[in-house]
Amino acid sequence: MNTRQQSKLTYSWYGKPLSSDRKLRTSQYKGILITSENTKTETCIQLGDFILVEGVNADQPYVAQLMDLYEDGAQHKHAVVQWFCRLEEIPQNKRKLLKREISAQEVFFDQVLGYDTDIAAETIIKSIMVLPLHLGEELPIITLNKEQTFYVKQSWDGKCFKVLSPDTFSKLKEANKKRGVITSSSKAFIPSDILTPVKKETESVLRSATKPKNVDMEVESKHSASKSSLAKERHSQRVAKTDIKTPTARKKLELNSPTRSKGRLLGCEVLGLLDDDCDAIAPIKPSATKRKVKFTSDILGSPPKIPCSNDKSKSTSETAEHHQRFSDTIRLSPYTKVKEFSEKDKNLHEKDDILFSVGYQKPSSQSPVLTPRSRRTCAQKTSALIAEQISLLKSHGKLAAEEDFLSSSDSSYSSSGEEEEDDDMPCTPEKKTKSSRIFSTPKSSRKSAVHTPAKTLKKTPLQGTPRRPRNATPEIPKRIQAAQEPASVLEEARLRLHVSAIPESLPCREEEFQDIYNFVESKLIDGTGGCMYISGVPGTGKTATVHEVIRCLQQAAENDELPPFQFVEINGMKLTDPHQAYVQILDFLTGQKVTAAHAAVLLAKLFSTPGPKRKTTVLVVDELDLLWTRKQNVMYNLFDWPTQKHSKLIILAIANTMDLPERIMMNRVASRLGLTRMSFQPYTYKQLQQIVSSRLKGVKAFEEDAVQLVSRKVAALSGDARRCLDICRRATEICEFSKQKRTLEVVRMAHVTEAIDEMFSSPYVNAIRNASLHEQIFLKAILAEFRRAGVEEATVQQIYHHHVALCRMEGLQSPTVSEIMAICSRLGACRLLLVEASNKYLHMRVRLNLGQDDVMYALREE
Amino acid sequence: QHSHLLELLKRTTVHGESNSALIIGPRGSGKTAVLNKVLKDLREMSQVKENLLENPFLSGLLQTNDKVALKEITRQLQLENVVGDKVFGSFAENLAFLLEALRRGNRTSSCPILFVLDEFDLFVHHKNQTLLYNLFDISQSAQTPVTVIGLTCRQDILELLEKRVKSRFSHRQIYLMNSFDFKEYIKIFKKQLSLPAEFPNESFAQKWNNNVQQLSEDKTVQDVLQKLFHHTKDLRSLHWLLMLAVSTVTVHHPLLTAADLQEASRQHSTDSKANIVHGLSVLEICLIIAMKHLNEVYDGEPFNFQMVYNEFQKFIQRKAHSMYNFEKPVVMKAFEHLLQLELVQPLERPSVRAQREYLLMKLLLDSSQIMEALQVYPNCPTDVKQWAASSLSWL
Repeated sequence: MNTRQQSKLTYSWYGKPLSSDRKLRTSQYKGILITSENTKTETCIQLGDFILVEGVNADQPYVAQLMDLYEDGAQHKHAVVQWFCRLEEIPQNKRKLLKREISAQEVFFDQVLGYDTDIAAETIIKSIMVLPLHLGEELPIITLNKEQTFYVKQSWDGKCFKVLSPDTFSKLKEANKKRGVITSSSKAFIPSDILTPVKKETESVLRSATKPKNVDMEVESKHSASKSSLAKERHSQRVAKTDIKTPTARKKLELNSPTRSKGRLLGCEVLGLLDDDCDAIAPIKPSATKRKVKFTSDILGSPPKIPCSNDKSKSTSETAEHHQRFSDTIRLSPYTKVKEFSEKDKNLHEKDDILFSVGYQKPSSQSPVLTPRSRRTCAQKTSALIAEQISLLKSHGKLAAEEDFLSSSDSSYSSSGEEEEDDDMPCTPEKKTKSSRIFSTPKSSRKSAVHTPAKTLKKTPLQGTPRRPRNATPEIPKRIQAAQEPASVLEEARLRLHVSAIPESLPCREEEFQDIYNFVESKLIDGTGGCMYISGVPGTGKTATVHEVIRCLQQAAENDELPPFQFVEINGMKLTDPHQAYVQILDFLTGQKVTAAHAAVLLAKLFSTPGPKRKTTVLVVDELDLLWTRKQNVMYNLFDWPTQKHSKLIILAIANTMDLPERIMMNRVASRLGLTRMSFQPYTYKQLQQIVSSRLKGVKAFEEDAVQLVSRKVAALSGDARRCLDICRRATEICEFSKQKRTLEVVRMAHVTEAIDEMFSSPYVNAIRNASLHEQIFLKAILAEFRRAGVEEATVQQIYHHHVALCRMEGLQSPTVSEIMAICSRLGACRLLLVEASNKYLHMRVRLNLGQDDVMYALREE
Repeated sequence: QHSHLLELLKRTTVHGESNSALIIGPRGSGKTAVLNKVLKDLREMSQVKENLLENPFLSGLLQTNDKVALKEITRQLQLENVVGDKVFGSFAENLAFLLEALRRGNRTSSCPILFVLDEFDLFVHHKNQTLLYNLFDISQSAQTPVTVIGLTCRQDILELLEKRVKSRFSHRQIYLMNSFDFKEYIKIFKKQLSLPAEFPNESFAQKWNNNVQQLSEDKTVQDVLQKLFHHTKDLRSLHWLLMLAVSTVTVHHPLLTAADLQEASRQHSTDSKANIVHGLSVLEICLIIAMKHLNEVYDGEPFNFQMVYNEFQKFIQRKAHSMYNFEKPVVMKAFEHLLQLELVQPLERPSVRAQREYLLMKLLLDSSQIMEALQVYPNCPTDVKQWAASSLSWL
């Protein structure tokens, strides 16, 4: 949390201990005060309040209800909470159970056992609202604040969703009510602290009426204060696109400060209204007018505040004026001022609008001492930019506009609803009327309408880089025709024999399966971490077995026999660089995309610190040997994490070589890997036979002997199951091909033999036999030269002499040297010969790439 | 082979089955031609045409590393991160993206993809063979149906694959060989040379084709072809030969004759280095002869300029009547000219320290080449010829 890092927060107890337990040396409190040093604000969180708790992912803090607060003997502050879980925390496969769309604001009453409900009080971020709703109820559209409010409709106990039981429902309601009371009552006694800054602020604003630059600074400092929150919000917008909100609304609650950058608020409000009108959406219009009415009534209803607000609005208007470089100061009552504004509203509005956009777009680049002048140039620049982007992102416009409307309505609503904010009230309606005036002149509305999409659009490119759509969904176009289903027995068999076809069970790997399963299961139950190293030659079912284990475990976890766990898989071959492993793991765990170095830091933090609601992670590292780096830090880290106390990480490492730990790993890495090893032996022919026949169960396509032949052949060579299946597949093809002539439905020995021959035959002999005459003579010359010199290497010059002699014997015209060179390079390209680089010409050395006997055999036939 | 490949691809498209295959054959054996023919046939089949087959075509000579290859694949597949023919993002991102894209699909719903890897042997040298591993892995798992076809001329390609990659490859190899004999070769010759029926000028086409028919029965032409056939069965060299011959055809010389072909064949098979010798001066020829003698005396050991000069001096003093006694710098100049023509080659790189006279050299000509060149060398002095024939004759 950026904001948290920037502003140091101190946690202190609120009030006296309610009760204390002597034995346990704990004392309970009814509330906690969070004081931020930067903003000089205090927040009081009471028992029963709803809070956000720092989680794994900074953008998705956990939601919880505070149940208890206590301090233990070691002066550590603790909190006991009732968790709520977000949709993101629910496993993908379970989300289907909901059978309805879930908004990002909806949370579920968490009844999953096994989550630690006792957390450190320091992880509490702030208080929020959680409103219970009945299942059928729609989410209320006009809400206080999107970020701050969540809704509960159902509870989640790890397996299924349930409607909230009446008593929890009422309890939650109760808590909310209580909160309302508390906030209103707490206001009564907190203020001494808060009110003073309010006064100070108003004073300073008043003062700044004469010194506009000062105000600028103030406004800008607010900008910078909310910068980080802005950035964060943008991030969260990217993650969950639905909840876009204006920074002002959020800032209101977060900083709890009465003054805010008027320019921004103004722009925000203006925007909202602009959208209303240009979009001409029916339901929005009445709400806008309703709002206006409400504000006016508010103003009327709160007469004591008016004088103050008058001052304030005056000063704001003045700052606005100064932005416009209007020299005359206007000291009028707010009602007359409205008229004043109508004269220059168009200009002003535009300016402010852009100003706002500047503040938004370049919060970091803007220095607080910017003079209005420079601001304007800046604004012009951005407006030029905006114009460019309009065409590009037209489609986004509508969406963003609507969202903006929502957010602006939020902010206005909150300002009318919350009494704490009432100092600001007058200034908001002031702006409102001002902006509404704009639309009375059609010309200006047209103009602003042009600007509005630009502004709203501008926000969207900020979320994702426009150059490359970050969240492009990778997809291969769908085929038009459905894939044809296998028609004959042979086709069916071939489909089943394809390596990708997933068999129901893995024959011949029962033992290994059981071992791995037991290992992971025991670690899962204990909640500890561990490593296992699995080795074996390619095609012996390592990955398949591990996947099968994970599948079974996941099933068991679903049936509640095991604690739930996360499954992450990385493959060394699918990484471009060993360090990318971090990025992938982090992406799987939290969905964040960061650089490798940053990911490593985050992961290390994640695995080394205890966190609430941490699930066990099962990490499968395939092709481990490719994660080797010179310093081996990737492997070191991977195997170091499980040894950490809180990591709850289980690693299954897969590689080909049995002695990999000893061979390439440093001692410290190998020792962390531990001694849990398993090696997959190559399949014997019986096992291969069993695999094939189990896949072919129920399909009569192969003769028994044919299968046996294949498996014996493969077992003798490599024991690679993939090879075995491929041969069988090829045999079915050959069978099908020859079927046209004779009607024959099963794969016989002959077909299998043909397939085997095709796969294992040496290509060289065939290649030599089909070579041209001079190429053959050249090979003969090589043999002769080798025999003469007794060395398996000769230069072209020497061979050439033999070649010429042979040609003379055969009565052929002897070739020129150029032709010989051409022959030599042709044979070299086929890799029948190994030749040097050709710039040595006659002195190029030549070697045979196959045995002399093979060449003789191939040549003798002629 | 053609039918085999056709069958394979048809299954990929129709059944959504993933496959991998290698087409291996020497250069000029028509690997690409077969593949193109198969693709053309496939497109004509109604069944296949509808579920449009996309095929990224990669060449090992163009996509020199996996990064470029990946970008090329994404570009050719026109996935979503392609903006105006350019692919953005880092190597890692692209790989993850592509894998994700391919993982999304399944056998029944997504469009089959055909990857063609030309010069497959060059992909093998990429780091870790990541691209090959991933392609083969996809073809072996229940993801988007994919067929990977590699074209290569290396017979030992399988040994170059890493064990994991090898295990994932289906070992389906299609060998293409030039297994025709001379009769078929003549037929090909006729077919290549004859004009098609849709040629506008019918009477000329008739005449031309008759001429080609006669040519193919002509003895000298057959000899020429036989010679070429013995040298190489590569059809491309036949094309070259015919190209040379046909380019002599003009308005006044409308038909191809046997002499044309013979001339073309002569051009086709001349020795380039010996040709260079024809253009040398007498002094340079003398130096080459001196080198040849040195080679004979020392049995192919390298020599330096000083040795060559001494040999030349001996010849001048004893025997030469028609030769000047050139100054040493002049001889040196001639020697350097030979060096530039790469008729002689230094054994090591010339360094600053070693004097040029003592750099060790090797002759890049065979003695038979020198003798042949001397036979046709115009105005060669007889004593030089004699000296060339025997190094000891002047004694």
